[in-house]
Amino acid sequence: MTGVAELERRVEAGEDGLGDILEVSMGPHHPSTHGVFRMDVRLEGEKVVRLKPVFGYLHRNHEKIAEHGAYLAAIPYTDRLDYLNSMTNNWGYVLAVEKLAGIPVPERAEYIRVIVAELSRFQNHAGLVGFLLQDMGASGTPLMYAFREREKILDLFESLSGARMMCNYMRFGGLRVDCTPAWLEEVRQLVSGLPKFVDEFEALLRGNEILMARTQGVGVLPRELAINAGVTGPMLRASGVNYDIRKVDHYGVYDRFDFRVPLGDHGDVYDRYMMRILEMRESLKILQQAVRDIPGGPIIDPKTRLRGLRPKAGEAYGRIEAPKGELGFFLISDGSTIPCRYRVRPPSMINLTILEDMCLGHNIADVVVILGSVDIVLGEVDR
Amino acid sequence: MFGEGIIQGLVETARNFFGSYVDKDRLVTVQYPEERHQLPEATRQFPFLLYDGADPEAGLRCVSCQICEKECPPQCIHIEKSKDKKPDFVGKLQFYPAVFNIDVSTCMSCQICVEVCPFDAIRMDNQFELSTSNRFAGLLYTKPELAKSNEYYRKIHPTEAAECDERRAKEAEEAKAKAAAAAAASAAKAAQAAATSPAGAANGASGNGTASTPVEQPAGKKPVTQ
Repeated sequence: MTGVAELERRVEAGEDGLGDILEVSMGPHHPSTHGVFRMDVRLEGEKVVRLKPVFGYLHRNHEKIAEHGAYLAAIPYTDRLDYLNSMTNNWGYVLAVEKLAGIPVPERAEYIRVIVAELSRFQNHAGLVGFLLQDMGASGTPLMYAFREREKILDLFESLSGARMMCNYMRFGGLRVDCTPAWLEEVRQLVSGLPKFVDEFEALLRGNEILMARTQGVGVLPRELAINAGVTGPMLRASGVNYDIRKVDHYGVYDRFDFRVPLGDHGDVYDRYMMRILEMRESLKILQQAVRDIPGGPIIDPKTRLRGLRPKAGEAYGRIEAPKGELGFFLISDGSTIPCRYRVRPPSMINLTILEDMCLGHNIADVVVILGSVDIVLGEVDR
Repeated sequence: MFGEGIIQGLVETARNFFGSYVDKDRLVTVQYPEERHQLPEATRQFPFLLYDGADPEAGLRCVSCQICEKECPPQCIHIEKSKDKKPDFVGKLQFYPAVFNIDVSTCMSCQICVEVCPFDAIRMDNQFELSTSNRFAGLLYTKPELAKSNEYYRKIHPTEAAECDERRAKEAEEAKAKAAAAAAASAAKAAQAAATSPAGAANGASGNGTASTPVEQPAGKKPVTQ
């Protein structure tokens, strides 16, 4: 953007009429930053003239830890990347290993993967909208409604995998345990009840005049900038770019389901908010079809060795449409039991890089809202 | 009309508020220490060691193969192998862990130790109220704290335990049959040797006699004492 350099030059030159420049350090312990994240903000009055994201407070050496353990040992660590969506993180990683070692996946396992991934997407979006509204001052109410539904999904995850959030459920070539018919019935019942919740949730604030005033035209992300910055996921689609990896890559069995990709028009916070609600509805559509069509059969490729897996030397990149954007895992194997290089492409972090461009010229109160609409999880940003 | 959206939202809030008095779906919280949700059967917290029978020392299934120690992603298991051996459930002599520690402050409840264990010796517990005032010794679980009986396992994970018991019973049966077959074969061999020895050379009989004893010793006696 032209504004950044120009403003900076004027600020550095000490030009008159700009007023005093105040430097505010938002975070790392600021409730609006969704974790430990700091924004170095320069303000002229209430207007943001400069914003520098500073992260790394939650760095856990994820990639190097994975390069020191077996392929299997990295799966529980991927749970802790985007800790709200351990199911999709697992999927991204096992997809990369499956590509690397050429492991087939049974059909039933693919269907269960779709079911858990879409449930995960639903609870992520519900939670995100709740947090976004909380940041705007709708204190608690939408968030608690969202968490009430999220709890039901986490209960399903717990009865399936044993843990609510750190599921550690997927394996190369399939899944760890099979789901029971009773579990599928529970999913069916939950999915039939959730549209009512989405309607309610939408009615709660969709037409709210205060919400519109706070979000419409705020934090606009132009289409070209979104593409050039490598932004993915609901943020990119809110800017009007039709790019969904479920449709583009046809990974898993997504091409068997009938669903649409919602697109935004303006690329502002309101569009990003509505994008999440529309995606929740599409997820429910996929869930209904997946639960209806799920075939029987094995859930894991019987020939795959989990322990002591030795893929042939080579490299592979597995990517999926995680709730936050394109989650990719890049692996290089040198033929041994541990990965030679392990790299995560975290959607949260790459979506965060255009934060300054979206915030410039807005009030400091809007920074909180814009950051909320990006949907970041610091576990994934810092790794 | 300006403000219509706000009123619409407030209607939703009111519906939820009054609904919470009549609708179970709208009031989902429980008063935790007094009221509790029932845990799903698959729930996992931290690992424990299984033993058969009444004695945690003698019945401990762990044979100290140290696979879990190697595979554990955060490396929270510490095992020291015993010097001597003791018989396991099929009567085979096995090592046992002289020291088995799990540092639960490091453990991340991933269940990989359970998956890789070939002896069904380690399983996940569902106890979650584990806070302690001592953060070092209190969070380092040693063998006596880790050892839990098979009855306990059956109580917390009934389906999984039933499967496991069935598989182990089958294994024990097979081992017993194999031992019986081996014993029968060696007995037949001995009988054959005895039958042929008077007719054959005298020095051949003594050779057969020494060969049959080591086969009989491990196969025949041990399952009976177990």
